[in-house]
Amino acid sequence: MAASEAEAALEAAYRKEKRRVLATLIRLLGGFDAAEEALHEAFAAAAQRWPREGVPKNPYAWLVSAGRFKTIDRWRREGRQAALLPELAVLMEPFEEPEMPKAVADDELRLIFTCCHPALAPDQRVALTLREVGGLTTEEIARAYLATPPTIAQRIVRAKAKIRDEAIPYAVPGRAELAERFESVLRVVYLVFSEGYAATGGPVLTRADLCAEAIRLGRLVVGLTGEAEASGLLALMLINEARRASRTDAAGDIVLLEAQDRVLWDRAMIAEAGELIAAAFASHGVGPYTLQAAIAALHAEAASFAATDWQAIVSLYDVLLRVDPSPVVRLNRAAALGMRDGPDAGLAAVDVAMAAGGLDAYHLAHAARADMLRRLGRTADARAAYGKALELVHQEAERRFLERRLAALENG
Amino acid sequence: MRYACLIYYDPKKLFGGSAEAKAALEQCEGYDEALKESGHFVAAEALEMPEGSMTLTVRDGKMSAVDGPFMETRDMLGGIIVIDAADLNEAVRVAGGHPLARIGAIEVRPVVDFSTPPPEL
Repeated sequence: MAASEAEAALEAAYRKEKRRVLATLIRLLGGFDAAEEALHEAFAAAAQRWPREGVPKNPYAWLVSAGRFKTIDRWRREGRQAALLPELAVLMEPFEEPEMPKAVADDELRLIFTCCHPALAPDQRVALTLREVGGLTTEEIARAYLATPPTIAQRIVRAKAKIRDEAIPYAVPGRAELAERFESVLRVVYLVFSEGYAATGGPVLTRADLCAEAIRLGRLVVGLTGEAEASGLLALMLINEARRASRTDAAGDIVLLEAQDRVLWDRAMIAEAGELIAAAFASHGVGPYTLQAAIAALHAEAASFAATDWQAIVSLYDVLLRVDPSPVVRLNRAAALGMRDGPDAGLAAVDVAMAAGGLDAYHLAHAARADMLRRLGRTADARAAYGKALELVHQEAERRFLERRLAALENG
Repeated sequence: MRYACLIYYDPKKLFGGSAEAKAALEQCEGYDEALKESGHFVAAEALEMPEGSMTLTVRDGKMSAVDGPFMETRDMLGGIIVIDAADLNEAVRVAGGHPLARIGAIEVRPVVDFSTPPPEL
C-alpha cells in the first residue's frame, strides 16, 4: 500500500474517529487522562503500522484496541498491576469490537452526561464538553470565550479532578435523575450556541465556530436520545443560524428582525427545523426549547414582518410562560403583545413584566420600553429609556445599535 | 503546538539525598524515553547549577557580563523540555508526568508561533 494512502486514511480517521475513540477509551480506562494518553499512543502506533500493514477495516476498533493495549503495557511497566488489579481485569477482558454503531454512540452519550454533570460549575461544563466531546483545543476554546488559554486549561483540569475525586460515573443516568441531567446537557449545548450567537462581550457579534459546534452537539444528542426537547433545541438553533447572514450588515451593525432581508435566510435549515418541531409536538414531550423554536419558526416562515402571525406568537408565549415563567419570557411576550395590540398595550405589558422583577439590569428590557415609547411619540421618555439601556449594554454592536436608535430619535 | 516545559526545583531538596528525590532523579531518563515513544518529544536538556552561569547584557553597544543567573531565587531553573502537544491541556498532562513535578515545579509555556503578531502591551 502506498504510504500516502495510509497517511490519508490516518488523517481521515483522526478527523472522523478521534472523538468516538476517546469516548470509548474513557469508559474502558475509567478516566480522562489515561484515555487521552491512550488515544495519543493509538494514533502514534497507527502512524507507524498502517503504512506497513495496511489500513484496518475498522479503524475505530483498531484504535481502541491499540490504545487499550498500550495502556496495559504502560501500567505493567510502571509496576501498577497490584494497585490497578480491578482496572486491569476489565482491560484484559476480550474487547468486543463494537461494530454496531449503537455501542459507540452509547459511549459518546455517557461522555456528554459526564461532562455536563450538575456537580460541575456551568463554565466548567461548557469548557469540558467543548474539549472532550467537541474536540476543540484549549486555545480554540479560549479564543472563542475571550479568555486566556491558562484560564480555560485550569477550568478543564479542575473539572476533571472533580470528576475523579467525586467518582462521578461515566454513565447515562437512571430514570430517576434523567430529566434533570438531560436538562443540564441541553443547557450546556444552548450556552455554547448563545455565546456564539450573541457574544456577551467583545467586538464581534457572532462567533460562527461556536454555533457550528453547538449545532453538531445538538444533532448528536438528537441522534443519541431522540428526546423531543433535544429536537426542539436543535430546531431553535437551526432557525437562529439560518438568519445569521441577515442579522448584521457589512459594517457589523445589528439589523433588526423587521429590517432583515428575508432572501438571505437559509430556507433548508428553516425547513429542517420545521420538521423537527412537528416531530417534537407529535411526541407530546414539548418543553421550553420546542416552544421557543415554534415561536422562532413563526417568525422565520412569515413572508414579511408585517405578515407575522402575532396572535399565534402571543399564544405560544402564554404556553411558554406556564413551563418557564422567567423574566425574559415575560419581556418577550410583552414585546409580541405590543406588535399584536399596539404600543400602548405593549408598554403596559413591558411595565408589568418589569414590575415582576429580574429585568432592571437587563438592557433589552429598557430597549423594549424605549421602542414602545418611541412608537407612542413620547420622545423624552424614550430618550431616557435608551439612555438606561446604554448604561447596561456590554456588547459593542449592541451599543452601536442603541446609539443609532437614540440618534434617530433626536433627528426624527 | 510546541510548549516549553521549564523545570524548577530547590537543589537542596533535589540533591539532598531523600529517597523521594533519588527515585525522581532515577526516573527522569525514562520520562524522556516515554516522550520519544509517544511522539511528544522535541528537545530536552538538563541544566548545570546556576553558579556555573553567566548573565550578559548589551547596552549602547557595550557588553557587560556578570557571573551567576539572571534571577537569584531559592528554586533554580534546572531543565528545559520542549514538547509537541495538541493543546495546553495535553501539554499540562504530559508535563505532569515528569518525575520532578513531584519535587519542584514545572512551568508550561507555549513556544512562540512567529506567524502570529507580537503581543500588544
